[in-house]
Amino acid sequence: MIELKNVYKTFKQKDNEVQALKDINLKVEKGDIFGVIGFSGAGKSTLIRLVNLLERPTKGEVIVSGESLLALNSKQLRKAKKQIGMVFQHFYLLESKNVFDNIAIPLILQKRSKGEIRKRVMELLEFVGLSDKEKAYPNELSGGQKQRVGIARALATNPSVLLCDEATSALDPQTTMSILRLLKRINEEYNITVMIITHEMAVIQEICNKVAVMEQGEIIEQGNVLEVFSNPAHPTTQSFVSTIVQHDLPESMKSKYKSIPGSRIAKLEFFGKEVGQPFLYEIVTQFEVKPGILFANTVEIQDNLISTMTVRLTGQDDQIIRALSYLKEQGIQVEEVAE
Amino acid sequence: MFDTFITTDLFIQAIVETLYMVGWSLLIGTLIGGPLGILLVVTRKGGVLENRLLYNILNPIINIIRSLPFIILLIAIIPFTRFVVQTTIGTEAAIVPLIIYIAPYIARLVENSILEVNPGILEAAESMGATPFQVIWYFLLPEAFGSLILSITTAAIGLLGATAMAGTVGGGGVGSLALTYGYQRFDTFVMVITVVVLIILVQVIQSLGTFLARKVRRR
Repeated sequence: MIELKNVYKTFKQKDNEVQALKDINLKVEKGDIFGVIGFSGAGKSTLIRLVNLLERPTKGEVIVSGESLLALNSKQLRKAKKQIGMVFQHFYLLESKNVFDNIAIPLILQKRSKGEIRKRVMELLEFVGLSDKEKAYPNELSGGQKQRVGIARALATNPSVLLCDEATSALDPQTTMSILRLLKRINEEYNITVMIITHEMAVIQEICNKVAVMEQGEIIEQGNVLEVFSNPAHPTTQSFVSTIVQHDLPESMKSKYKSIPGSRIAKLEFFGKEVGQPFLYEIVTQFEVKPGILFANTVEIQDNLISTMTVRLTGQDDQIIRALSYLKEQGIQVEEVAE
Repeated sequence: MFDTFITTDLFIQAIVETLYMVGWSLLIGTLIGGPLGILLVVTRKGGVLENRLLYNILNPIINIIRSLPFIILLIAIIPFTRFVVQTTIGTEAAIVPLIIYIAPYIARLVENSILEVNPGILEAAESMGATPFQVIWYFLLPEAFGSLILSITTAAIGLLGATAMAGTVGGGGVGSLALTYGYQRFDTFVMVITVVVLIILVQVIQSLGTFLARKVRRR
């Protein structure tokens, strides 16, 4: 649906060049909710602006719905953009127009008939839950309502792709959740592919099925959300994941338990079908290793569960080692907390 | 009642002449300056119709005309005025330099008003695949409308001041009345009344502009 191939973007400033994007390769499949996460300045906003050519890449290819956008002339490009809706962090609604006219604008640009516009706008207002705000002006709306108008406007021309540039970053957590649920509904009911840029892990956790992590203009990790979250390779990814999947023991706890002889501390992580299995019981009966739970947590990501647990194991040392390798055989990720 | 040379008729005629000059030069000045202002915005670097050449021609020309005080412009373009209206004296002859004076001023004001529009709006327009004309018509102008009204108000008040000098080419109006009767004939009454009328006119124009701008802004 969306494909970026070997994309580079360099911004020329007065005396120096800033390389905003380096060798970006990514593929968003139809029906995906693809999240791109990174700290500010990582280049993610530049990345999403490439998809509808608000920014032109210095090098590389941008393909949307099988069409190479860079090969199009300006007229063809304008037509292609009607297939790509975009939602902005700061909404960018016309302050001088009411809600109805704001949503109608993309249709007016396409010179649709009055009746057709009226029908479509009312339908969209209903969908985003703002039927009663038809005549309100943007300054009379809350942030969440403005974003709903922004989303309705982006959907007006029935696009196949919706780009969200930090669509929830200006909103409070509760409003964020309601906007995310709306985006998910758009994805499911209209079968629109969604690409979303964010610095909030909660956004990825809540709605994305795929994720790319960016740092300094590069994609450092990408793939299925569950895979990336359950096994983050890069330190930046780990730090993002740690904001929702708690892994670390409090310092005081670590020092208290580490020094006890004849025991080891291990971090266990399991997801999918392993969650809920009686592993601890097994290691007690099979290896006579006594587990003490120091920390445990379970998070839900896209209907999948990830459980993490830090346990102190006491018993005979060779038995503890055997118990740990038994756990590994069961598909549990085991990591010993270093002495 | 007062020891004065002028009659009420003469005075009303002067006010009508002033409004006539301000009205016509504002209308034609806006028709010229408005599009020029828009051109300045869209042809500048990063504009929707970026055109360095056009911008680099327009921009200095507007600056040059704007650097001339009206009284000098009025005299300097007398040959041009004769060419356009076949005469160099009278109200019509005053309107020509007034237009040339006010059009670049309006262009600048319009440029500033449009530049105030949130650049994000342009990004939104571009993401919808709007043509440059559509960007101007459906996004820039409506968003800048309130500010544009205030700009035109400022221009109208500037014009009112300039018409006072039109008396030098026999343009008439309250300014000329103050000059020929009030100053040259030492008629203090005319002087005072002229000042009062000008103050009232400025107040009315400004209030009207502010009222209309607030109405279209609705915020």
